[in-house]
Amino acid sequence: MQHFSPPALALEIHGLVKRFDRPAVDGLDLNVRVGEFYALLGPNGAGKTTTLRMIAGLLRPDAGTIGVLGIDALADPVAAKRVTAWISDEPMIYDKLTPREYLEFVAGLWDVAPALAEPRANALLGWLELTPHANERCEGFSKGMRQKVALAGALIHEPQLIILDEPLTGLDAGSARQVKSVLRERVRAGGTIIMTTHILEVAERMADRIGVIAHGRLIAEGTLEELRLKAGMNAGASDNASLEDTFLALVAEQPQAA
Amino acid sequence: MIAQPGTVVWFARHEARLAWRDWLAMMAGGNRRRLRRIVIVIALFVVFMHFVAYWTVGRYADAAPDKVMLIAITASILLAALLMLSQAMESMTRAFYSRADLDLILASPAAAEKIFAVRIVTVALSMAMMALPLAAPFIDVLIALGGWRWLGAYGLIAAMGAAATALAIALTVALFRLIGPKRTRLVAQVVAAVIGAAFVIGLQVAAILSYGTLSRVSVLQSDTVLALAPDPGSLFWSPARAALGGGTALLGVLGVSFALLAAAIVLVAPRFGEYAVTAAGAGAATVSQAPQAAFRPTSRQRVLRRKEWTLLRRDPWLMSQTLMQMLYLIPPAVLLWRSFDNGHAGYRSGYQLLVPILVMAAGQLAGGLAWLAISGEDAPDLVASAPVPARFIVRAKIEAVLGVLAVVFAPLLAVLAYAAPWDALVTVLGIVVAATAATSIQLWFRTQAKRSQFRRRQVSSRVATFAEAFSSIGWAATAAVAAASVWLAIAPGLLAFLVVAGAWFMSPRAQHA
Repeated sequence: MQHFSPPALALEIHGLVKRFDRPAVDGLDLNVRVGEFYALLGPNGAGKTTTLRMIAGLLRPDAGTIGVLGIDALADPVAAKRVTAWISDEPMIYDKLTPREYLEFVAGLWDVAPALAEPRANALLGWLELTPHANERCEGFSKGMRQKVALAGALIHEPQLIILDEPLTGLDAGSARQVKSVLRERVRAGGTIIMTTHILEVAERMADRIGVIAHGRLIAEGTLEELRLKAGMNAGASDNASLEDTFLALVAEQPQAA
Repeated sequence: MIAQPGTVVWFARHEARLAWRDWLAMMAGGNRRRLRRIVIVIALFVVFMHFVAYWTVGRYADAAPDKVMLIAITASILLAALLMLSQAMESMTRAFYSRADLDLILASPAAAEKIFAVRIVTVALSMAMMALPLAAPFIDVLIALGGWRWLGAYGLIAAMGAAATALAIALTVALFRLIGPKRTRLVAQVVAAVIGAAFVIGLQVAAILSYGTLSRVSVLQSDTVLALAPDPGSLFWSPARAALGGGTALLGVLGVSFALLAAAIVLVAPRFGEYAVTAAGAGAATVSQAPQAAFRPTSRQRVLRRKEWTLLRRDPWLMSQTLMQMLYLIPPAVLLWRSFDNGHAGYRSGYQLLVPILVMAAGQLAGGLAWLAISGEDAPDLVASAPVPARFIVRAKIEAVLGVLAVVFAPLLAVLAYAAPWDALVTVLGIVVAATAATSIQLWFRTQAKRSQFRRRQVSSRVATFAEAFSSIGWAATAAVAAASVWLAIAPGLLAFLVVAGAWFMSPRAQHA
């Protein structure tokens, strides 16, 4: 079994490889510190979702190691899943369950005692302004409401590492603000978040560090200033360039995949 | 020649292209080599069916139609018409409730009633096409041995497709107006299922009540039916006479059927869009409240089982889809009740008839439920990302399936155990084996799909579909023979086992193992 450093790192990835008909993730190395909000950016098909799915235990890598809070996630996936939450851009909920029933189901899967789960569920439903709909079946919910139910489900077991794949896609401004507020609160409480997004403004405002991935490899990493500097040195982006300019400059440097 | 856009011909061409590609995808899933194999299998099936037809109806090719023959033909026509009506109602309900390209059609400046008229005709055509693979070999044999007059039977099938579609539209629209769009979806599908099974089940129940057997023929050939049937010259026999090649009867039946279809098109096509929009709105406006209950302490397996049962209980569409299998349990239940009512003596053979029916129904029901539990997971990532070993999840889902089977079959088995303990024991064993085999096949061929795709589950793997059906038939036959003699049951049991083993070898799981 691989030994990982004590949990100063929430996520520790070495040489991660996943091939489908072509390499989707190609020798990725990535470290995310405990209590950090980390945004993973990259063009379509860069390998972001595949990477996150491997971290969440939904895909088995062809090579490499994944450590989650000091746990070898490949050797002991159940232990790693216990401290992790995964949210995709398509909310994973059941139309025929109510939000309360859904949260009870998720709490049961993560083995959270009802005495703890129920007050947490009530708090989350209140926080996400879902209380008036707590006993309605999800089948009539909008995309934003469904995503909030999924987010509440992801937080019911108080995960230490939250993995989000495009969580704000298709949300209206109000729902997006609520989701962002909940995520910020989790980071303030010591949680770690790794998130992919195509909304660069969100990464710019919320992330402590940003990683840029292309062709399955990490091509740049750091704070916005560090990335700006790297892009400026390499491709001539100005000092006050936006993340969008910086991102496009960094990605443009990469050779096209074969 | 390219039709003018927006015309009926242009829409018909568009619909035909979609229908053809849908059929190809359903049959071959985009695999050309598989398509070739399927064409060969269909050709072999057609040849085989012609032999079956020769053995069964060849001797009637030149027979003069008497009352018994007219009753038999009319009953067959009625059975086929009810099945067509059931399918047409399914198709119309789907057309009303699936949004698909509705927004595109209604937002375009084209005359929507033209495409809806084409769609109604498409349903009628598909109903006739559905009957052809089974009916054509019999008609061909009768034409070959009895002359061209039998060609009228093809005309009758076209007429039945038109009439069934017209009636299905009338029933669906009537339900829409009577009980509203929200309830129509479920009720129409339940009605469709009941209509599909009603004739066969009705005959069986009548046979049981009259003669104490499950045989349908005993009722049709009874003196009572012969006495009640109209004279051979009556208009009542027009469909049967049309099938027998009566020119006037055929013209009459065709005229009435196509007039009904034309009336349905004229009345419904202009309002089709309105119905579909109302149906879509009804779904969006649904707010179902559940009582608020406190979180209950429970195990993870129980949580998974409860989730499966809650989803099944709350999904009336899925309930109606499984209803067909449950309906076939009505005759055995009536037989049991009747046997009990009359005391036990003399009904041993009746009990033995129940054994394969119950085993077959259990196998089919288990297959459908197993697909829902194993492949039809609406939140696969959620369950997969939970800290629960995969085998626990699978086990809990299988337990959920077996739980439903237990609830459905336990009452019948309890009564059977009291009346005929040996038959009950064999049935229980048969149900367990058939359900395990069907569930295993679903497990080996599992895919990732939405529960709403239940109707198309057969499309994802033809091998799994056929294996599941043959396995259920095999175990039902084994149980039927075992009820009489355990030793004789070894041969059919071995065949059923080979079906299941063959499914394993062809499954993706075995190929990756």
